[in-house]
Amino acid sequence: MTGRTKARIAAATGIMLIAALILHLLDLFPARDIVLFASAITAGIPTAIRAFQALRAKAFSIDLLVTIAVVGALIIGEYVEAAVVSFLFIFGAWLEARTLEKTRRSLRDLVDMAPQEAQVVRDGVTLTVDVDDVVVGDHLVVQSGGKIAVDGVIATGRGLINEATITGEPVPASKSVGDRVYSGTIVDNGFIGVTAEQVGDDTTFAQIIELVEEAQETKTKAQRFLDKFAQIYTPAIVVMAAAVLVFTRDIEFALTFLVIACPGALVISTPVSMVAGLGNGARHGVLVKGGDALERLSKVDTLVFDKTGTLTRGRPEVTEVHPVGMFDADTALALAARLELASEHPLGRTIVEQAVERRMDVTAHPTHVEVIKGGGIRGAVDGHQVAVGSRRVLAAMGVLLADSTDAHAVDRERLGNTAVFVVIDGVLAAVVSIADQIRPEAREAIAALRTAGIKQFYMLTGDNRHTAELVAAELGIDVAKAELLPQDKVRIVTELKAAGHKVAMVGDGINDAPAIATADIGLAMGAGTDVSIQTADVILMGNRFDQLVHAYSLAKATVRNMKQNTVIALGTVVLLLAGVLTHQVFMATGMLVHEISVLVVIVNAVRLVRYRDKRAAAATVPAAPLSADEGEALVDAQK
Amino acid sequence: MRTAKFETEPFTCPSCITKIENVVGKLDGVAETKVMFNSSKVKVTFDDTLVTADDIAKSITALGYPVLSHKVAA
Repeated sequence: MTGRTKARIAAATGIMLIAALILHLLDLFPARDIVLFASAITAGIPTAIRAFQALRAKAFSIDLLVTIAVVGALIIGEYVEAAVVSFLFIFGAWLEARTLEKTRRSLRDLVDMAPQEAQVVRDGVTLTVDVDDVVVGDHLVVQSGGKIAVDGVIATGRGLINEATITGEPVPASKSVGDRVYSGTIVDNGFIGVTAEQVGDDTTFAQIIELVEEAQETKTKAQRFLDKFAQIYTPAIVVMAAAVLVFTRDIEFALTFLVIACPGALVISTPVSMVAGLGNGARHGVLVKGGDALERLSKVDTLVFDKTGTLTRGRPEVTEVHPVGMFDADTALALAARLELASEHPLGRTIVEQAVERRMDVTAHPTHVEVIKGGGIRGAVDGHQVAVGSRRVLAAMGVLLADSTDAHAVDRERLGNTAVFVVIDGVLAAVVSIADQIRPEAREAIAALRTAGIKQFYMLTGDNRHTAELVAAELGIDVAKAELLPQDKVRIVTELKAAGHKVAMVGDGINDAPAIATADIGLAMGAGTDVSIQTADVILMGNRFDQLVHAYSLAKATVRNMKQNTVIALGTVVLLLAGVLTHQVFMATGMLVHEISVLVVIVNAVRLVRYRDKRAAAATVPAAPLSADEGEALVDAQK
Repeated sequence: MRTAKFETEPFTCPSCITKIENVVGKLDGVAETKVMFNSSKVKVTFDDTLVTADDIAKSITALGYPVLSHKVAA
C-alpha cells in the first residue's frame, strides 16, 4: 500500500465518519450503522491484508491486533468503535510516515546532493553522461554552478569550490591545477577540468553516505532489547486477550486490551531520536558511527588530545631566522635550505619551504652530504661547508656556541619553538626557530566543552616538554604529557580508563590510530585517510573545533531525547492500562491515545533535526580574510 | 554473488523488517537479506544465476512495499 493509497483511504473513511455523525444527529440509525460498517470495512481490509501477508511470513504485526479488534467489534455490533479504530489506525500510519520522513530528512538531503550526471571529454568531444558511466581516468569539465561528479585532481583551470557536503565548511575553497576535488562538491565560480581518480561508490561522498546509512541501522542495547521484546510481545498480547476473554466473558474489554497493547510508541521511541541526531551530525560534518557511539560519546568525562595536527596546525613554520655571524639572515637561510634539499626530516622540509616562500633559488642540490649523529646534516653548498642541526650537533662538531646566542635559543624554546643551528664554514651563522602554530579556536572550544560537561583535558605529544607545557597553558588543558611514543599514548589512555574515566581520544587519525582505537570513543579530526574513517567512531569531516563541540553536545541532546521518548512511551502504556482496567478507556479512545503518543514521540525527535548548540556556534572559526586569488575570483563573480 | 539495494516507500513499523527478511530470505539464490529500516532500503546478496534483481523487487512489492528503485553493485 503506497502512501497515497493510505491517504485516500484515510480521507474517504474520515468523510464517512462525518457522514455517520450527521446521520446520528438526524436520528437515522440504520443508515448510520450502514455507513459505519462500510467505513470499518474500507479502512480495515487493507490492514487485514497486511496482517495476513505478515502471518504468511510468520511475523506477527500490529496489523493483526487491529484486525482482530475490528472484526470482533463488528461481530458484537460495536460499529462506532470498529469504524473509529480502523480509521485512526490508517490515518495514524499515514501521519507517522509523513513525520518520520522529517527525522530522516537530513540524510535524504545529503543523498539528493549526489551528482547524477557529468560532462566528460572523450575523443575531443564533450558528452553529458550518467555518473555511473564515468570511468577512472576520464576528463571531466565543470562550470560555475556545476557539481563535481568524481574524486580527482584539477587538470586545468581554477575555481572557488563549495565543499560543504564533504567538510561541512561553508566558506568556499579556492582551488587550482594539482588540487584535489571531491564528488558532490560544487564549483561556485570558475571553470575546471578534472581527471577522475575515484568514481561511483569509491568516492569519498559515496562512502560518507554508505557510512551514515549503516550507522543508522546499528542498534543500541536498549533497541535490541525492544526489538526482541516486540517479537514476542504481539503474539503474547493475543494470547493474553484470549485469556481475558475466557475469564471475564467481556468481549469489549478483551478487544480494548488488544488495541491499547499495540507497542507502537515504545518500539519507535529511541530509533527516531537516533536517526534525527545522526542526520543532524552528518549535515554539520560530524559523522557518528551509530547510536551506540553516540551514547558512549554522551557519557565522556575525559577528553584526550593529540597535539601535533590536532591542537596545532601540524604544519611547522619558521618563526625567526636569527643571524649571529657575518652572514645575513637570508644568505644563511638560503644555504641551509639548499643543504636540507637532501634531507627527509620534517624540520628540514620546513626550512626549504620557508626559503621557497621567500622566493629564493633552492634548486641546486648539495654535494658530499652526510648525516650527523644526534640530529643534523652537513654538506657542500656553493663552495661553503654547511651544517644544520641541533645543539648536540654543535657540540659534536666542536663549534663554539656563545652564551648570548645560547640564551636567545633557550628563550625561543620557551616560546614553543624548536631551535635549529646553521653552521657555515665551521662558524655558527644563524639560529632558526621553528614552531607549529597553535590553532587559536581550540581554546574557546575547550572552554565550551568544559561547560558542556567534560571534566578534564589531557594532551599527549611526542614533542619536547617546554612546547607541550606552553601549548597546554595557552589552551587551558589540565594535563600535558610530553616526549611520548605512540605506545605511551595507548598506555596513558588505558590507565585513564582503568581509573574509571570515560575517555574520548581526539587525533588526526593516522599516527594516533592505536590510541583512538583504545579509548572508549575515538574521534578523528579530518577525513583525509581511510585509516581515520575505519578506526574512529566519530569523524569530524571539516577538521574543525566547533564540530567537536557540536558532536559532544549533540550526543548529549540525542541521548536526552531518547530518554524523554522512552518515558513518554512507557508512560502512555501505563496510563492506558490503568484506564482500561478501571473501565475508563475503550477501544476508540485507546487507539486515539496510542496514535497521539506515537506522534508526540516522533515530533519530539524532529526537534533534533534543527538542533545547534549555541556554544558550538560561538566556537566557529571566524572567516579567514580572503587571499588575493579569492578576492579576484569574487570580483570576477560579481561582474 | 551480487549485492543489490532496493529503495522502497518509507517503512513505518519495525514488523515490516521481519516480514521482508523472512519472505525475501526464502527466495532461491538469496544468500542474505538486510532491511535498512531508517533509510528505507533492503540490501540483498544473491546468486544472479538463480534469481534476478527484478524478481526480488517483485516479491518486496508483493508484500506491500513498492520498490521505487534498485541498484545492483558490480
